[in-house]
Amino acid sequence: MIDVQHVTKRYGPLTAVDDLSFRVERGEILGFLGPNGAGKTTTMRILTGYLPATEGRVQVAGFDVFEQPIEAKRRTGYLPETPPLYPEMTVDEYLQFVARIKGVPASDRQAQIGSAMERTSIADMGDRYCGRLSKGYRQRVGLAQAILHNPDVLILDEPTAGLDPRQIIETRKLITDLAGDHTVILSTHILPEVSQTCQRVVIINRGRVVAVDTPDNLTARLQGSQTLYLQVDTQGADPLPALEGVAGVLSVTVADKRDGVGGYQVESGSGDDIRRELSRTVVTNGWGLLELRPQQMSLEDIFLQLTTEDAPADTLAADAGTGDDADEANTEDRTDG
Amino acid sequence: MGNILTLAQKELRAYFVSPIAYVLLVFFALLFGYFYVSSINFMVQLSMGQFGMGGPQIININEFMIRPLFGNTAVILLFMLPMLTMRSFAEEKRSGTIELLLTSPLTDFQIILGKFLGAMALYTLMLSLTLVHIGVLFWYGEPEWAPVLSGYLGLLLMGGSFISIGLAISSMTKNQIVAGVSTFAVLLLFWIINWMGDASGTMTQSVLAYLSILEHLDDFSKGVIDTTHVTYYVSFITLGLFLTAKSMDMARWNG
Ligand SMILES: Nc1ncnc2c1ncn2[C@@H]1O[C@H](COP(=O)(O)OP(=O)(O)O)[C@@H](O)[C@H]1O
Ligand SMILES: [Mg+2]
Repeated sequence: MIDVQHVTKRYGPLTAVDDLSFRVERGEILGFLGPNGAGKTTTMRILTGYLPATEGRVQVAGFDVFEQPIEAKRRTGYLPETPPLYPEMTVDEYLQFVARIKGVPASDRQAQIGSAMERTSIADMGDRYCGRLSKGYRQRVGLAQAILHNPDVLILDEPTAGLDPRQIIETRKLITDLAGDHTVILSTHILPEVSQTCQRVVIINRGRVVAVDTPDNLTARLQGSQTLYLQVDTQGADPLPALEGVAGVLSVTVADKRDGVGGYQVESGSGDDIRRELSRTVVTNGWGLLELRPQQMSLEDIFLQLTTEDAPADTLAADAGTGDDADEANTEDRTDG
Repeated sequence: MGNILTLAQKELRAYFVSPIAYVLLVFFALLFGYFYVSSINFMVQLSMGQFGMGGPQIININEFMIRPLFGNTAVILLFMLPMLTMRSFAEEKRSGTIELLLTSPLTDFQIILGKFLGAMALYTLMLSLTLVHIGVLFWYGEPEWAPVLSGYLGLLLMGGSFISIGLAISSMTKNQIVAGVSTFAVLLLFWIINWMGDASGTMTQSVLAYLSILEHLDDFSKGVIDTTHVTYYVSFITLGLFLTAKSMDMARWNG
């Protein structure tokens, strides 16, 4: 549905997006994750045809956004970082205007506007002026605008930025509901966002793809080592020597300790499951095993690791299947003209 | 075509929900009214023979009233039309709504023409206010109607030139004040350009006079529709719209 091939965007000397490639299939929700300044907005502007890429090509619903912009734009709904509202229009007038310029036929207009307002829960806001809406409602009107013409592809730039927690949950639910018949790309610099709504994540940093995967795989993949959390009641004895003696254990660190009950982080090689050995050791020493569970690396940790360390990042990007080798030959470089 | 009209309609609405349309209409009517009344006074004095020409005489309304009045209107427009176009692109760029337009299935040509027609519609409305004044002259006197009609055509073409330059300049900035002031400065330059020629040779002078934007209006209000003048204004409008398109394209490439 969306095919991005070797897209590069330079603003003068600054390379905002560097050789970016990825694909999104129909009905999928792709999360675009990166810190501020990573190039998320720039990429989305290229996908929507607002900006031309310096190099590379983008196809949306089978149309090249640069060669056939009108066709591609007809099939794209876009919510920019700031919802593009005209303050002097009422919500009704605004959506009427958008429906016209998006080419919704006159006979369907009222129905489409109604359904978009319904889905974004602004059905009773029609008479309000866009300029007087709260941040949450501005965002919803922006979303209604994006889905109004029933586009194949929805591109949402930080759709939950600046919303309160309840609105965030509503917006996420709306996006998940939309994914059925739309292909969605959303950007965010907040991690829980992607793990909760997206099936696949593209992590970018300084314009480059750092990783592409499902949120779950990403977590698993990144764990070169496994960490177990272990809580034991040793009645004052020091369990460290015994624990470190267990086969496969790389290191043991104290996580918390009180009243003779200690919590430990036990790190082991990624392939080994040392839980049995570990529990046996605890029991044979006569201690009480209170808790033993694998510790998940949060996306937060992964993200930090990916964007600060270069080495694991490169390996990941390489086997994440970003570039499409077959397409390499017919990718034309585009330069300013 | 539908898209162009939708965009033009949106522009016109935007003028009327902000105070700008009313401010322009009211001040245009006031200023035009002032010049109207003072030229009537002048004409009355003239016809009473107060300038020592020996007794009352018949005055040509077209020559002594309507023609100078249209000339003065041109100067009023030079000040007012930049205020009409300054918002057009600059404000959309500042507020980000330009992103909606440029990611909708519209061509740049449609967007530009929509804005041009929207501004022209408001300008036409401004001009139509003066029909009342001119109508009074027809009621009490017997001016020729042909020079009046051609004069209005000239004003429309000249205003169109002002508007197209205003759009081009507005598309180059995010700041509407900068757009308004620059448009005014550029128009002023095109007005006074032939004054510079006064001291130089005849050849230069005639070139500069040709470029001068108000110079071409006078013949229209004399009742002459000269193709040279029509060509000048139409070229000017085309150039302005073309520059707007160029500037949109450059903004796109430069991000
Ligand atoms: N119009 C522009 N001109 C010059 N540099 C820009 C422009 N827009 C963005 N940039 C730069 O490009 C980089 C990527 O920006 P952006 O795409 O907005 O990142 P994100 O949306 O991930 O925060 C940043 O370093 C930013 O300063
Ligand atoms: Mg951004």
